[in-house]
Amino acid sequence: MLTIKDLKASVEEKQILNGLNFEVKPGEVHAIMGPNGSGKSTLASVLAGREEYEVTGGEVIFNGEDLLEMSPEDRARAGVFLAFQYPVEIPGVSNANFLKTAVNEVRKSKGLEALDSKQFLKIMQEKMKLVEMDKAMTQRSVNEGFSGGEKKRNEIFQMAMLEPSLAILDETDSGLDIDALRIVANGVNALRDGKRSFIVITHYQRLLDYIVPDFVHVLYKGRIVKSGTKELALELEEKGYDWIKEEVDATLNA
Amino acid sequence: MSDDLKILDDVANSEYKWGFVSNIESDNAPKGLNEDIVRFISAKKNEPEWLLEYRLKAFRHWQTMTEPVWPNVTYPKVDFQDIIYYSAPKPKVQLDSLDDLDPEIKATFDKLGISLEEQKRLANVAVDAVIDSVSVKTTFRETLLEKGIIFSSFSEAVHEHPELVKKYLGSVVPYTDNFYAALNAAVFSDGSFCYIPKGVRCPMELSTYFRINSAGTGQFERTLIIADEGSYVSYLEGCTAPMRDENQLHAAVVEIVSHAEAQVKYSTVQNWYPGDKDGKGGIFNFVTKRGICLGYKSKISWTQVETGSAVTWKYPSVILKGDNSVGEFYSVAVTNNMQQADTGTKMIHIGKNTSSTIISKGISGGRSHNSYRGLVKINKSADNARNFSQCDSLLLGDQCGAHTFPYLEVSNKTAKVEHEATTSKVGEDQIFYCNQRGISTEDAVGLIVNGYCKEVFNQLPMEFAVEAQKLLAISLEGSVG
Repeated sequence: MLTIKDLKASVEEKQILNGLNFEVKPGEVHAIMGPNGSGKSTLASVLAGREEYEVTGGEVIFNGEDLLEMSPEDRARAGVFLAFQYPVEIPGVSNANFLKTAVNEVRKSKGLEALDSKQFLKIMQEKMKLVEMDKAMTQRSVNEGFSGGEKKRNEIFQMAMLEPSLAILDETDSGLDIDALRIVANGVNALRDGKRSFIVITHYQRLLDYIVPDFVHVLYKGRIVKSGTKELALELEEKGYDWIKEEVDATLNA
Repeated sequence: MSDDLKILDDVANSEYKWGFVSNIESDNAPKGLNEDIVRFISAKKNEPEWLLEYRLKAFRHWQTMTEPVWPNVTYPKVDFQDIIYYSAPKPKVQLDSLDDLDPEIKATFDKLGISLEEQKRLANVAVDAVIDSVSVKTTFRETLLEKGIIFSSFSEAVHEHPELVKKYLGSVVPYTDNFYAALNAAVFSDGSFCYIPKGVRCPMELSTYFRINSAGTGQFERTLIIADEGSYVSYLEGCTAPMRDENQLHAAVVEIVSHAEAQVKYSTVQNWYPGDKDGKGGIFNFVTKRGICLGYKSKISWTQVETGSAVTWKYPSVILKGDNSVGEFYSVAVTNNMQQADTGTKMIHIGKNTSSTIISKGISGGRSHNSYRGLVKINKSADNARNFSQCDSLLLGDQCGAHTFPYLEVSNKTAKVEHEATTSKVGEDQIFYCNQRGISTEDAVGLIVNGYCKEVFNQLPMEFAVEAQKLLAISLEGSVG
């Protein structure tokens, strides 16, 4: 589904990703962990096509297509979804209206007819349950005045509505209390269907208790320096990142 | 990042879609302005002596005045002798019914999307359409007459209800008020007149459509709305003009009189030709609009969506004379390319417990300049007056300008006046967020801007709100790949 080869990217002339490789197959959940500044969010931004991030090398193939050649909206329409670390507020635009526009754009790109209000409402009501969202929230302006937890729930709700084939969760757990974390994780788990793939970027092992990954990767200095299963996350929780840093730095200096 | 700016710039570029010229024969006055022209206009309209006198007084006063230079706009000096002050579509036959309307005029209305027939049957909107200078047809008149509502062209009102016209003409905007108001009083050609009797709630929206069609003409319409005690009316005004290389002058006057416990809601969607991308051509829109809340608890509400004109100079205002009277001003002003707008409102509080609300949303793109200018004046007599003003500016791109000039004059200690102002740019992060959900940059800008204007659009009657949203989308349409 997704193959990243030797990906290099910089922001404001500063190299952040230094030849990153990894592969995601359909239905897999990959967790990406790593110390601050290792390039986790940069990876998410590069995959989604944020303009400030300049790709300086490597390639990303998504379902046989060169992802890096596609515009951000085309990536979204092709099934790449990014749950933002800091969801953006759009005053005056209701959540429902925003999503209806988005859903119908995605449908249009697939040659499907636009949903009318009634059909849309029906689907929306189903998906709202996944993240225990109440109706009032769909009528409020996109993310405006939402609490941190509401914003993250809204991201997962949008994901449920847009039904992407690859979902990237950028520190979705940051700023969530334990109840919100559970709701968000339940929402994500409900969307695991054996075909949809996930890249879960997180600082903490805690989230991975709820969203159990197939693979865990450690990102450091813009590369994946260690990969394993969920036991690796537990080990990191226990020992921190220093031992990995030392290992890597020793190799680099050798 | 410069790519983003370019996209915004492209998005901000619009093509004017109402730029057709209708091939209607018209009956013009010779170019230029002098007392003879004033007499010519008056004679053409068979006006009574008192009205001619009024015009001449206004004209003589106008000659002593100079153009105002204080607005934050620059434009070539208008040559007032190079304008045709009267242009009427030549009627082939006397009009008895809608069917006799010149097919070209009818086609023009169809292009504008206001087929009179359809309006009449479906929309339940009574329309008075003014092309160039003459009011062409007023629909629904008889239905309204049953309720005692008078809705006619200004010229007809002069003949049929001279006592009302005489009493109220110039009572809110005297010809001495300003340069353009004086000019209008001298040469106004037609416009709409509306009277709602005591206690009557007008059962439909009243609507006027203005269009400047002939080359080299100015349009000087005059609108007078009187809402008697306890009455209610919602009035809509729409404007378009064909594309022309030269600048055309539009200097209208609108007067509203709201008696005790009466309510007048006046909505405008102004889409005069704004000129081309380099600022060539376009309408100079120098308009005086003012209402007076005469009695206890009377209310006047202005809502405007201004997308057109090369230069706009317009301050729909309310004089809050009656105790507990209410004035409102909701405005969206969009400027693109080389457009300039200096617009806002004046709220003059005289009565006790009067309150006013000002919500102004400016959107600037291209190399345009958009200024909000507002005065809130609380007189000594206005105990417990309240005002809330919110002036927001949204910038598309980095070559446009947004300016805010709020003036506050408070002479009563019990007054409460609040002013909030913000300036923002359509954020790259907002656009990216939309992109990431599959929405193109062009649609994202439309969505964000419409959201930004929501408070104002909510004030518009349904059909008008839809039109305003479409207009906004069109003005922001560009060549985003």
